[in-house]
Amino acid sequence: MNLESLRDKLGYQGALLAVAALITTAALAVASRATGPAIAAAEAHDLQQSLSQVLPGSFDNDLLKDTVLLPGPDGEVTVYRARRAGKVEAVVFQVVGKGYAGRIVCMMGVDKDGHVLGVRVIKHAETPGLGDKIEPAKADWIHAFEGKFLGDPPAEKFAVKKDGGVFDQFAGATITPRAVVKAVKGGLEFFSHEKARLLDEAAASTMAIRGD
Amino acid sequence: MTYTRITRDGLWDNNVVFAQMLALCPLLAVTGSATNGLGMGLATTAVLIGSNMLISALRHFISAEVRIPVYIVFIATLVTLVDMSLNAWAHDLYKVLGLFIALIVVNCAILGRAEAFASKNAVLSSAIDGLMMGLGFTFALVLLGSVREILGSGTLFAQAHLLLGESFAFLETTLIPNYKGYLLMILPPGGFLALGFLLAGKRVLDRRLAERTAAINAAPVSA
Repeated sequence: MNLESLRDKLGYQGALLAVAALITTAALAVASRATGPAIAAAEAHDLQQSLSQVLPGSFDNDLLKDTVLLPGPDGEVTVYRARRAGKVEAVVFQVVGKGYAGRIVCMMGVDKDGHVLGVRVIKHAETPGLGDKIEPAKADWIHAFEGKFLGDPPAEKFAVKKDGGVFDQFAGATITPRAVVKAVKGGLEFFSHEKARLLDEAAASTMAIRGD
Repeated sequence: MTYTRITRDGLWDNNVVFAQMLALCPLLAVTGSATNGLGMGLATTAVLIGSNMLISALRHFISAEVRIPVYIVFIATLVTLVDMSLNAWAHDLYKVLGLFIALIVVNCAILGRAEAFASKNAVLSSAIDGLMMGLGFTFALVLLGSVREILGSGTLFAQAHLLLGESFAFLETTLIPNYKGYLLMILPPGGFLALGFLLAGKRVLDRRLAERTAAINAAPVSA
């Protein structure tokens, strides 16, 4: 029996599909195993980089291993703690704003006195050319947060200028900066609310503390 | 089919975008800038060459009745493999291209070439067809991306160094300084408008060429 006549049989169709699915699944499984560690390492490197961008200065612990899990404004927040000689000097955590086109995920660093060390947008889908000025590569806007804390500006002024606050909005895009400002403000409120637990000396372990 | 014919077809006569009008979804989604267009074009070309070769090599085993699901499984696997390997071993490039790679699966041009060419031709011709169709697609993406980027934000190849490395930073030019930007061109409607004008332009160009060829062919008779 040759291939030509075999190809027209009903059973051949099912067998062909099965073999195709088997081969491709096997290829994907092998590739997933081969690339898994490298992908995890690259993602850890990315995280490390985004942490160091919002955390100027040097610290003597491994931030990625010194984390606590706390209930935040939108779900649980992983907080990375930077220490010098065993004492927590600053913390880094993620805040999420509701932008014009979905979630704006930011990483923010706050020192032990509640001052913003830096904010970086790590994921967004805002309009290119308008809303994307929140990226440091496109504009300096995001640096306006550095050194700010709840009190400077006062809570009611922690908003974009259009809403009576101190932060600039962009021409043609107010929703995006408003979302980022609101997220940062929420982050600072989270910090002051959880300050005791974030800086808690007793909780120096890497164990996650569950919120109540 | 000669290689010259395949090349001409891919780059111009049967161009994925300008003639077949396929792959408009990724086309309109990523051509807000020339750099994005280039990235998407190169990634698509790589997948297209791979899928054409694979399907051509297996063309005698694939029966006509179930060919479409088999092609789709192969293409999706290939795209996922490219996605994973870039993520693992070229992570910086992946951060720029990652968004586009998943979009390649839904690119009907790839299934189109598998069906129309690779399933009937030898492996080498299919590889060349994949390369040329991919380059034609890249050309269309970069052209449309350039038009939209110039009109929309006054720059050309902005952020090219993220895609091609620092040595290509010279490509980044600001054509219109202090340009306020024309938002419509960057948003999807601007993509449709620009594509419409480009298609019209190609029609005019093709007609002019045809008239000239006709005139040359007619000349000896009248002389």
